[in-house]
Amino acid sequence: MKLSALHQSYLNRRSSNFRGLSGDSSADGSMKSQASVFWLVLHGLCCLVSLVLGFRFSRLVFFLLFSPSTTTNLYSMPFRQAVEASVFQLSTEAANQVLPVNTTTPRVVVGRHGIRIRPWPHPDPVEVMKAHRIIERVQREQRAQFGVKAPRTLIAVTPTYVRTFQTLHMTGVMHSLMLVPYDLVWIVVEAGGVTNETTSLIAKSGLRNIHVGFNERMPNSWADRHRLEAKMRLHALKIIREEKLDGIVIFVDDSNMHSMELFDEIQNVKWIGALSVGILAHSNSAEESSFSLAWKEADNSVIPVQGPACNSSNRLIGWHTFNSLPFLEKSATHIDDRGIILPRKLEWAGFVLNSRLLWKDFTDKPMWMKDLDLFDGVDDMESPLLLLNDASVVEPLGRCGLQVMIWWLRVEARSDSKFPPGWVIDPPLEITVPSKHTQWPDAPPELPMSDKIVDAQGETLAVKRPGKTRRSRSKHDARNKRKHESRNAEVDISEKQTKQN
Amino acid sequence: MKMLTNIWRLILFGFLCTVFLSMEPMRTGAIKLHQTQPTERISGSAGDVLDDDPVGRLKVFVYELPSKYNKKILQKDQRCLTHMFAAEIFMHRFLLSSAVRTLNPEEADWFYTPVYTTCDLTPNGLPLPFKSPRMMRSAIQLISSNWPYWNRSEGADHFFLVPHDFGACFHYQEEKAIERGILPLLQRATLFQTFGQRNHVCLKEGSITIPPYAPPQKMQAHLIDEKTPRSIFVYFRGLFYDVGNDPEGGYYARGARAAVWENFKDNPLFDVSTEHPTTYYEDMQRAIFCLCPLGWAPWSPRLVEAVIFGCIPVIIADDIVLPFADAIPWEEIGVFVDEKDVPNLDTILTSIPVEVILRKQRLLANPSMKQAMLFPQPAQPGDAFHQVLNGLARKLPHDRSTVYLKPGQKILNWTAGPIGDLKPW
Repeated sequence: MKLSALHQSYLNRRSSNFRGLSGDSSADGSMKSQASVFWLVLHGLCCLVSLVLGFRFSRLVFFLLFSPSTTTNLYSMPFRQAVEASVFQLSTEAANQVLPVNTTTPRVVVGRHGIRIRPWPHPDPVEVMKAHRIIERVQREQRAQFGVKAPRTLIAVTPTYVRTFQTLHMTGVMHSLMLVPYDLVWIVVEAGGVTNETTSLIAKSGLRNIHVGFNERMPNSWADRHRLEAKMRLHALKIIREEKLDGIVIFVDDSNMHSMELFDEIQNVKWIGALSVGILAHSNSAEESSFSLAWKEADNSVIPVQGPACNSSNRLIGWHTFNSLPFLEKSATHIDDRGIILPRKLEWAGFVLNSRLLWKDFTDKPMWMKDLDLFDGVDDMESPLLLLNDASVVEPLGRCGLQVMIWWLRVEARSDSKFPPGWVIDPPLEITVPSKHTQWPDAPPELPMSDKIVDAQGETLAVKRPGKTRRSRSKHDARNKRKHESRNAEVDISEKQTKQN
Repeated sequence: MKMLTNIWRLILFGFLCTVFLSMEPMRTGAIKLHQTQPTERISGSAGDVLDDDPVGRLKVFVYELPSKYNKKILQKDQRCLTHMFAAEIFMHRFLLSSAVRTLNPEEADWFYTPVYTTCDLTPNGLPLPFKSPRMMRSAIQLISSNWPYWNRSEGADHFFLVPHDFGACFHYQEEKAIERGILPLLQRATLFQTFGQRNHVCLKEGSITIPPYAPPQKMQAHLIDEKTPRSIFVYFRGLFYDVGNDPEGGYYARGARAAVWENFKDNPLFDVSTEHPTTYYEDMQRAIFCLCPLGWAPWSPRLVEAVIFGCIPVIIADDIVLPFADAIPWEEIGVFVDEKDVPNLDTILTSIPVEVILRKQRLLANPSMKQAMLFPQPAQPGDAFHQVLNGLARKLPHDRSTVYLKPGQKILNWTAGPIGDLKPW
């Protein structure tokens, strides 16, 4: 390709008006003999280089050699290759003396210049880090100027308890909260008392947190769970009241998904605000969304959304709630059920409060806010609206509920599912499948007894279920399938062994 | 008696006020305007003149040339209204309806000749300058024969707009342009051109550099939310090698663009390529630095685009003279890199202190800065049209001894220049 480009350029020069070929146009110079010797040597050098590289050097060499113009002895040879190793360049400049009209000779001369390439044209890691710091600082400045002015502290309230999927859910929430660019206090209320597992999980976030226990165990039915969660949240609100925390209270359930714009948007709340929550009501059943079928039966084509409803002048006039009637037959009552897990009419997650509303002796407290003590014995608080005397003071956020920035989801494993505490396998299990490095290589392998396989060093290998391998000799009949599977398991395990070793 | 003392008190007060409010050169002060972003006032070597109002400070007389010099040329090719040389046409339109225009040439300070020399376009859209000298010469012959004002000063109180590549040298190749030099007939006139390079034949003393035309509505339509974080460190889109005319490099851009490519093509901080993305304007708004290297000529509309989109321009063109250099302190706004320092561009840019970068961004955010680079239709206060008039106003009053010739005195040589130029147009 390079050759053809050169060829084409050659033709172009012959035919068209070549810009800048200054061979003939300028002042003459005296051709010293030194210069001609130099040119000869240079020419020889160029020939050698062409030999080495395997293609003809720039033909411009010859044009300029035969031109009478060059006064200065310097000449440049630009090199435009991908040959990294030999980025070679006679970095000099050709100058054709310009006819100066002014008496000052210009510093910048017309003519062919060298293309300067430094010896190591690759990024320097120190400089890359400096650049990233600059970018960070500029973005911070941008946020300060165009983002929220005087951001308030966020107080996130999360009810949780230890179960199989706790790590999964809490890690998601933790990462979202760690990305929030504002000050944050995370209040974690744990059902069944404070446990080390949750504590260690929360500690990984590095966020300021208040971890309290709640002396009731999480029940198995979804309805009871919702009730208990509401009680736990009330408990957290009481803590906020006692500690006199100042900021915006946001209800972050551990299995929900939050977008980053949410945290920017809620800074706009004055007293109490409501957001639209997308409901990802999920069915525990293995078959493909019976929920969507039920949803279609109910003649809807969009994911259900709970939240404020406004009229055309953006004032709150009502609420979009979740209508659970079409799904009641298919709904799950217990955790293990294969039905659809339904939310309440209005989830707590869609509301944000100014924490000053909860303070005991806050002089500017609006009249419509009830005192928390009134709810001490109340069994079921469906939503924070019950805290208000007048629900019309709620401010609709997110462009009056048009933006969905939270998604509600409940996914739980079976209640009898076992998982290692803290997801750490300790102590390591016994070897149940022999590795390839036995003294008796021809001994038939034992069938795998348990799911976990450990090699001699005591590290855990990933489990490889026989059914998923594809490297087997795929001609199988049902009789030999089991044998194939075990052999494949062994092959895979041994391959893993060899990889590890 | 009492009234007299009152008047004196008033005069004293006024005098003291002007003393305190007069600005020294190159001073910028930070003020918080009522917009969301704090900006800084911009004042160049001529003082804080970006917001000056030229109305009342000068009078311009517009010659009525036959339409073959302006309207007919435009009718032949409407692309002249959108390419980067469109300033000459819009300036004419602006002056025709401006408050500084006078219909009485006796009281005029400046005379404008509306001749569109950069409107003879190839099918590709590039202007051919071969007939421009003859056209200009013919226009000057016309005005010198029909009005006495040219001969009175031999053009010293006339101004022209020559936005082509090398200004009044009327050629796109630099060597040929230098050979021709500025058209001899324009040697005493004030020239407004986009080309500016110190100690160059084609920039004469007293010329004023103007920005190239960039379409304001098109740029306005591509503005994005200011909250969008700037995540690109260095941005550039354009040619590095002009494969058609200079395939090996070395001539085009004096090798500077090729050097940028070879040194930084795999540097993650540099988003440089030859693509033509549709999101070009949006990308500039997400970048901190925008490279503005020279091409065949040192100027380019990239500078205007960078200023409008708040991206700090990195100017790689030795000895360049930037638009309105006396009104805008470009040293404080952009980053100047010598062509020989291009291989160290990443070191240079990363070693700029962050406070300096933030200050440059504040200066760029100043709306008068952005306005001064644009040629909006209809004209708005502080835009490039007004800066042109301000520049003319700053040159007043005319120095009677040099501007106006004594009777019988002749300075210009009407037969100078290549023979081809002398043919009538």
